[in-house]
Amino acid sequence: MRIQVSDLTVRYGGQAAAALRGVSLDVAPGTLYAVLGPNGSGKSTLMRAVLGSVPAESGSIRLGERSLESWSRKEMARAVGAVPQQEHVAFPLTVRELVAMGRYPHLGLLGAEGAEDRAAVEDALVRCDAARLAHRDVGTLSGGEFQRVRVARALAQSPAALVLDEPTASLDIRHEMEILRLLRSSADDGITVLLITHHLDLAARFADRLLLLACGEVAAEGTAAQVLRAETLERVYGWPVDVRTDPATGSPRVTPRS
Amino acid sequence: MTESGGRRRRTVLVSGLVVAGTLGVALLGLALGSVAIPAGEFLEVLRGRGSDMHRLLVLELRAPRVLLGLLVGGGLALAGAVFQALLRNPLAEPYILGVSGGAAAGAVTVLSLGLAAATSWHLPAAAFAGALVAIGLVFGVAISADRRLDVRVLLLSGVVVGAFFSAFIALVISVSDAPTVRSAVLWMMGSLSGATWATVGITAAYTIPAGLLLLALARPLNLMAIGEETAGYLGTEVEQTKRLAYGVASLVAAAGVAFAGVIGFVGLIIPHSVRLLVGPDHRALLPLSFVAGAGFLVLADLGARMALAPTEIPIGVITAFVGVPFFLLLLRRSLSP
Repeated sequence: MRIQVSDLTVRYGGQAAAALRGVSLDVAPGTLYAVLGPNGSGKSTLMRAVLGSVPAESGSIRLGERSLESWSRKEMARAVGAVPQQEHVAFPLTVRELVAMGRYPHLGLLGAEGAEDRAAVEDALVRCDAARLAHRDVGTLSGGEFQRVRVARALAQSPAALVLDEPTASLDIRHEMEILRLLRSSADDGITVLLITHHLDLAARFADRLLLLACGEVAAEGTAAQVLRAETLERVYGWPVDVRTDPATGSPRVTPRS
Repeated sequence: MTESGGRRRRTVLVSGLVVAGTLGVALLGLALGSVAIPAGEFLEVLRGRGSDMHRLLVLELRAPRVLLGLLVGGGLALAGAVFQALLRNPLAEPYILGVSGGAAAGAVTVLSLGLAAATSWHLPAAAFAGALVAIGLVFGVAISADRRLDVRVLLLSGVVVGAFFSAFIALVISVSDAPTVRSAVLWMMGSLSGATWATVGITAAYTIPAGLLLLALARPLNLMAIGEETAGYLGTEVEQTKRLAYGVASLVAAAGVAFAGVIGFVGLIIPHSVRLLVGPDHRALLPLSFVAGAGFLVLADLGARMALAPTEIPIGVITAFVGVPFFLLLLRRSLSP
């Protein structure tokens, strides 16, 4: 599913400064698209706007062939799997119950899980290395385990697009790599992946295109080589960096200077 | 065996026990009272025979009382479960948002003005009107400028509106005579003694459709428990769900308060007990809370009628005396490994 954002401006109620100003991007189906930027640069706002949970002040958003406004909540939940940055579970749920909530938009009126729903849940658990956690209380998980379980829930939605806000935060290197490979292979299977991350090097290695936000505006957009340039990054992050090509992966590697 | 499978089996088992228990309690509520009816005679009455006196006792006095108890108890427990999910707060109960304060203010006003005896409708009508005022006030405060319902504001404004009505009640009581104060205090502890077929009819016509509507919110409420933002991404119309849950659950509580006074603990203890037994899935939790609350209140009413017969104890005393130790026991057991 193609995700198109053109000239988007978002302002939170009562705020003088816009959270996003004139942001445009075009994510082709089956691409892994990374959104980068410092804290407070508008990455999460961009995700919420694309998912329709904060309104646009101006500009337009299209999901697939249709404008965002024409999607009902339920239709969108069948097509787009979302992992927001934070989540707090109020009552004790098991991991399987939480992942099975990804099937809710697909269930019929009576809400009984069918064989297809169960298969989607099991498959998602296995792909996120969370099958052995299935019967654990969500409240007892480590931060990284919880992240994997939430990604599994998004996969269980059988979505055409995935939108994830720092899904690999607090993951160890193995699980971070596994989630990124999972997102890469999902994109290769035709799913559109919009990934918010702080990890510049991994974005460079796994993403097809990158968008760098600074103070709510697009600072750079394009391939890793186009976006991850030392002078751009130094200006946006306000810290001196070296950018070299990693001989092992062939993609840019960013090292902050001390 | 998987825990999910175990939980399913457990849900089925608990459901069977709760339904059977509530039916049994309802039968006991018909059979027992301060006047003893022999078992054979009681069965005759159920078949539409038996003496006129016994028929009157069972069909005109005890049956409406049992049915009102089932409806009010079920409604309170269901409303409590819904409020706990809506406010994401396990301490929530049906009265937390000021419904009981508003209702009690209405009732106490009517009692102190000496209007309660005039017709049997003044008291419930005033209580219901007071509850509606409280619901409207709280909703009006909590609905923000951009038409979103903020549940944190809902909780705070509910508590504050409740406190305001408590002060109003204290004022009215302080200028009332002793018999009025006594009836006001007894009303505020709850009683099913006012039950007639008419009150049962009104409560049923209201509670049953409202209850079905709340049961239909089970899946959205499951999602709300993991946060409003995520619930929206999983297909929930979040604002619509919050308004429906708040409005309908409040009105269910208000209808109960109007006819039975303020009966505490049912709406807190029953949903928690059921959650400890079958887990947090509202598809099981909501209907089972209704059935368990219904049975529990009829049992408590039996205690209220029988314990010091012919004197009736306020039913709220029984729900607290029975409910609190039972709840603490369950809580204790759920904490032990």
